[in-house]
Amino acid sequence: MIKDVPLSPLAAERAAFRRSRARRSTAVAFVSTLVFAVALWWAVTSAPGWPRVQATFFDPARAWESLPAVLEGLWLNIRVLVVAELGVLVVGLVVAVLRTLRGPVFFPVRALATAYVDLFRGIPVLIALYLIGYGVPALRLQGVPNDVVVLGTCALILTYSAYVAEVFRAGIESVHPSQRAAARSLGLSHGQALRLVILPQAVRNVLPPLLNDFVALQKDVGLISVLGAVDAIRAAQIEQARSFNFTPYVVAALLFVLLSVPTGRIADAVAARGNRRRSGR
Amino acid sequence: MTPVLQVEGLVKQYGGRPVLRGIDLAVAEHEVVALIGASGSGKSTLLRCIDLLEEIDDGRILLDGVDVSDPRAATRRRRNRPGGAVAAQKSMAIVFQAFNLFPHMTALENVALAPRVVHGLAAGAADERALELLSRVGLADLADAHPDRLSGGQQQRVAIARALAVQPRLLLLDEITSALDPELVGEVLAIVRDVARSGATILMATHEMGFAKQVADRVCFLDGGVLLEEGPPEQVLGEPREERTRQFLARIIAAGRLG
Repeated sequence: MIKDVPLSPLAAERAAFRRSRARRSTAVAFVSTLVFAVALWWAVTSAPGWPRVQATFFDPARAWESLPAVLEGLWLNIRVLVVAELGVLVVGLVVAVLRTLRGPVFFPVRALATAYVDLFRGIPVLIALYLIGYGVPALRLQGVPNDVVVLGTCALILTYSAYVAEVFRAGIESVHPSQRAAARSLGLSHGQALRLVILPQAVRNVLPPLLNDFVALQKDVGLISVLGAVDAIRAAQIEQARSFNFTPYVVAALLFVLLSVPTGRIADAVAARGNRRRSGR
Repeated sequence: MTPVLQVEGLVKQYGGRPVLRGIDLAVAEHEVVALIGASGSGKSTLLRCIDLLEEIDDGRILLDGVDVSDPRAATRRRRNRPGGAVAAQKSMAIVFQAFNLFPHMTALENVALAPRVVHGLAAGAADERALELLSRVGLADLADAHPDRLSGGQQQRVAIARALAVQPRLLLLDEITSALDPELVGEVLAIVRDVARSGATILMATHEMGFAKQVADRVCFLDGGVLLEEGPPEQVLGEPREERTRQFLARIIAAGRLG
């Protein structure tokens, strides 16, 4: 609505109509959500096995009991996550840049980077964890750590870097060739053009999918529990083994969800900002 | 005196289709040469080849008498020495039809980038030179704006400032007003006129015949990858010798572009 310009009766009447439609839509949405929630709740709680499921998975006392141990485990997940994210950013970017190098001299480097991406995008995360977590210590090499947390983090970095490398490569290729031409014509070297002109635009273009991969990584850090690291999932498992009650798992799941929600919202906000920028506002 | 630019027998093909079929062209110091011709006649390709953005298939490109198109000039050992390919790119600058400003940098950063990272100026000195050039193109007050906040004409003026910032021996202009709304063409041409008067050596592809007549010392008509006719603007644009040139100019006049 433009300030200082009085609405004509026509516009006022139309605005009133739009408001009434909006009110109706909100009411419909509210009622349908409520009906759906009640129906779902009724379907689950009226199931014959519900009392048993409630006692096994949703026991408030057990949840409260297991919380400190699970939280302590989650702290390990968070530390692994931070290290893994930084590692993934560095390795992913390096692999992406290696894959974009042109010229026959770089063929072996390019081939190696491509083989790495093919391999680690294909291997299920669990198997990568087993191979690195159990295989590497079995080599009994001097100076190679055999801490399962360190090895688990390495396995996650190797797996996720393959995905993130492809995201970065897509970003690099999304920058129009005329940008490189402009940089080269000013006398910038290949490396300078990449670092100062191509990569800043590439990273900006792929920020939303990049954050999406981080949300995925955030929950997959829980998989290091299969190597025996006492993270949130392992802690929940220990609690479960003590009491034969699965509630600690639900506690761990809720904590992982809480952890991933902020990243998801940040990803949304970044995407929205990108859209605004592109539409020139 | 050795011309700034000499092109000898330049051939360029794209996938076996010849775009330039043996171009001979020389541009002397302080000379302004206009390349005219229909779309697809090879004007842009010629400029891109000269700026070493494209590999050429035959012929030579000499800058101040040194062959910069020799692949040996592009080797790691030689490209940064005098006569090397990168050294040659440093001494030329091109302004593109589509501006090609770096969208993640402000106008000032766009102009200061090459002086700083290529020519080794300190950040302060590079910014100072950039601001000077931006005020020369009348945009000092928009130095901190990103390209997406500028009009097409303003973007192209920043691009000209960016090209001038490397103090080029040879300035290449590739149809720099073709992507602009008609009312923005004048502000860009005024700057080129000013740059030409200051003694720059310019090779420009253009569709602005009136402007070519005013500013150019020589006009070259390119047709199907061949330099068909060249001479003073009054002759080429006024009394062309070649039938093809006459036909081209007749089409331009019909489109109302001969000012």
